[in-house]
Amino acid sequence: MTPGSNVETKASGIRPRAKVEIQAGALPPRLGGLRALAGHRAIWPLLALALILIVDGLISPGFFTIRVVDGRLFGNLVDILYRATPTAVVALGMAVVIGTKGIDLSVGSVIAIVGAVITWRIHNGDPHFVVLLFALGVGVLCGLWNGFLVAVLDIQPIIATLILMVSGRGIGLMINLLYGGTNPSFTSPLLQGLSVGHISLVPTRLILGGAIFGALWLLIRRTALGLFLESVGGNSAAADLAGINARLIKYAAYLICGICAAWAGVILAADTHTSDPVSIGLYIELDAILAVVIGGGSLSGGRIYLGMTVLGALVIQTLTTSILTSGLPPEYNLVVKAFVVIVVLLLQSANLRAVLSGAFGRGKR
Amino acid sequence: MAETLTARIEMLGVSKSFPGVRALDHVDFHVQAGEVHALMGENGAGKSTLIKVMTGAVRCDEGEIRVDGRPVEIRSPGEARALGVGTVYQEVNLIPTMSVTKNLTLGRQPRRFGLISWRTARALARERLKPLKIDIDVERPLGSFSLAIQQLVAIARALEDDTRVLVLDEPTASLDAGETELLFQILRDLKSRGIAIVFITHFLDQVYRIADRISVLRNGRLVGEGPTADLPRLKLIALMLGRELEETEERLQTGRRAAGGEPILVAQGLGRRRVMAPFDLSLNPGEVVGLAGLLGSGRTEVAKLVFGAIRPDSGQIDVGGERIASPSPGQSLRHGMAFCPEDRKAEGIFAELTVRENIVLGLQTKRGWLNRLSYSEQERLAQEMIEALGIATPDADKPVGQLSGGNQQKVVLARSLVSGPSILILDEPTRGIDVGAHAEIVALIRKLCAQGLALMVASSELDELVAVSDRIAVLRDRRMIGEIGSGDITRETIIRTIAGSRS
Repeated sequence: MTPGSNVETKASGIRPRAKVEIQAGALPPRLGGLRALAGHRAIWPLLALALILIVDGLISPGFFTIRVVDGRLFGNLVDILYRATPTAVVALGMAVVIGTKGIDLSVGSVIAIVGAVITWRIHNGDPHFVVLLFALGVGVLCGLWNGFLVAVLDIQPIIATLILMVSGRGIGLMINLLYGGTNPSFTSPLLQGLSVGHISLVPTRLILGGAIFGALWLLIRRTALGLFLESVGGNSAAADLAGINARLIKYAAYLICGICAAWAGVILAADTHTSDPVSIGLYIELDAILAVVIGGGSLSGGRIYLGMTVLGALVIQTLTTSILTSGLPPEYNLVVKAFVVIVVLLLQSANLRAVLSGAFGRGKR
Repeated sequence: MAETLTARIEMLGVSKSFPGVRALDHVDFHVQAGEVHALMGENGAGKSTLIKVMTGAVRCDEGEIRVDGRPVEIRSPGEARALGVGTVYQEVNLIPTMSVTKNLTLGRQPRRFGLISWRTARALARERLKPLKIDIDVERPLGSFSLAIQQLVAIARALEDDTRVLVLDEPTASLDAGETELLFQILRDLKSRGIAIVFITHFLDQVYRIADRISVLRNGRLVGEGPTADLPRLKLIALMLGRELEETEERLQTGRRAAGGEPILVAQGLGRRRVMAPFDLSLNPGEVVGLAGLLGSGRTEVAKLVFGAIRPDSGQIDVGGERIASPSPGQSLRHGMAFCPEDRKAEGIFAELTVRENIVLGLQTKRGWLNRLSYSEQERLAQEMIEALGIATPDADKPVGQLSGGNQQKVVLARSLVSGPSILILDEPTRGIDVGAHAEIVALIRKLCAQGLALMVASSELDELVAVSDRIAVLRDRRMIGEIGSGDITRETIIRTIAGSRS
């Protein structure tokens, strides 16, 4: 313990109210800044991301090169953003649901239904913007269904959303039968434009993802909805006594999650331009949950971190892309991914950090 | 002589710092065998930290701990237990969904051929409960019993055959008078067996009834220590607060006035089957109505029925001359009511949310989700409340879960005040709050009443009710059995009303 910090703690013992100023004064400004930085919740996922990228740079020197090919941006970094978009969009909705102490396992199935409905309506000859509305309508309906089970029937979220998770892909297959199911592929300039197209140099889906993020941020941070969502997740009995209609708020959370999943469904289905309910968006719910958790969200609810969730999705995708470009056999992918995820989560754990800083502090003394 | 010189447990020069807070500063603390030692102090004085150091939940930065004169290191709760230190924490920390047997034998289940023998476990559980004189069905889930029984089960769990030090952190917070007396009998019995008992409480009269010695902490330092007889009430309070306190009783009495004018709230035949028999109640602006009764008499139920937190199935309620058609907390809030619940951990605070968010929520819910308070408004409201109620927090952006219990209680109170209510319902407003904060809160309430706030206070502390109420509704066995007018509010009339059939 340095003499300076000793004085500081003694002083704070006498006059707790003056503590903050004393602390700031006693620390060299640079150190204070560093400490604030280390305390910020974004630091560990950011460090993880940076570390993975540095390793990439060392292994494959051309990793960061970005070129313009055929009037669009090309390169690993662009590819990471491009591929991370559907997961990030799903994860944003998931972050909202998890913030209410819920979970939505059905997002992958919502994507499957969206893909099937898009193909069906296009085969039916609907105008393509109507098809888009249909797709988003599927998200709304699925969200309302999950919300009904969780908020009204009071079924535990993991079970409630499991119902749609299991049945959703079956519903998708049944929708395929509506037009014979023989040729479940489609072309749509509008939807493919949204998914694989680009506006000047930038892929459209990045703009779309950014717009969804912006809209969601405005919705929950520029209204009081976010505070209500977080209070319902943090302590629903207290929220009830505070006059919040917890039922309505939970409904809103699943609705938001359903719509986010529907947008991801539009991107993914247009990307493969086919209805493939069995494998489209498979396990995306797990990546989405992981993204939320890497972003510092707790499954016990009470907090929603939108920006951090996107960061979490980027960590996951960067890792996947890195393994593929590093020359490691793709068979290693899942295990290496799991290992890195464990490290990131451990770094975020308050307990482990306390142990580490304790050992560090003793070493200094 | 040697017996009295060697303390059962001694803590010498114990210090502990948390980020930004010096929780303990060279504290000495000795407990002799066979004494009840009260540990007193305001919220945040360091009582809980001292206990946690003693029981291995937290490690001290410096200092020494001795058990029976032998220096020891207590690195974990398990080590503390091995040394004979048993603890019952403030909030009952057993598992409510498990049976009493499982709670009592968890982690030390009797085994037979490597498997748990539940028959032996049940016998063991009954055995453990016997010295506490409670006879209950040990197979029922713990949560199905009253808080008092749960508390006694927690004590039974902390007591082992070789327990030499028993630490009780506010064991009587949720007990009524009879249960407290039962607990005290048990403590006297344990004392006579040579067990050293550390007792933390906010109830001063209990200290004088049970404690042999008192240690007083303030801002992490030991500021006084001695036999109970040498520390009269006023001196003790002065030590705890670090300032002289005028008799709170008298100061409060001056605020009393005769009730008059149009009632702002009228409940007629309000009730719910199996919860509370129908009752009539009215509230006038500027008036304080107390709800008195024993534990389980229906105090909380009346408060929640009036607020709509329990939906009534009979009767009607009018607020400000307007009938509330389907009572709910949201409806009540919009009609200018606010409610401060009894159980702050379960129903009050949002631990992950910041102090600011916890406070502004009270007003935000009234405005609706679209009409968000701007950050600067939130900051202003929060600062106002932090200053008005003296909430001890470095800043408004600290998660409430990190504040001490009393400060959490103040945050909940701040939330109900921030909406500018005309009717405020407080359920056990001073539970777990220290004397100084208590006086501050009561003074604030008085000021609001002078401005026309109507107040309903449910409390288990008769002195508190006598001090603040203009009128007292008395409850027994979930019915309202009488009302005491401002002329005859004394401890005695309340007790007589509860006991007798006067109505």
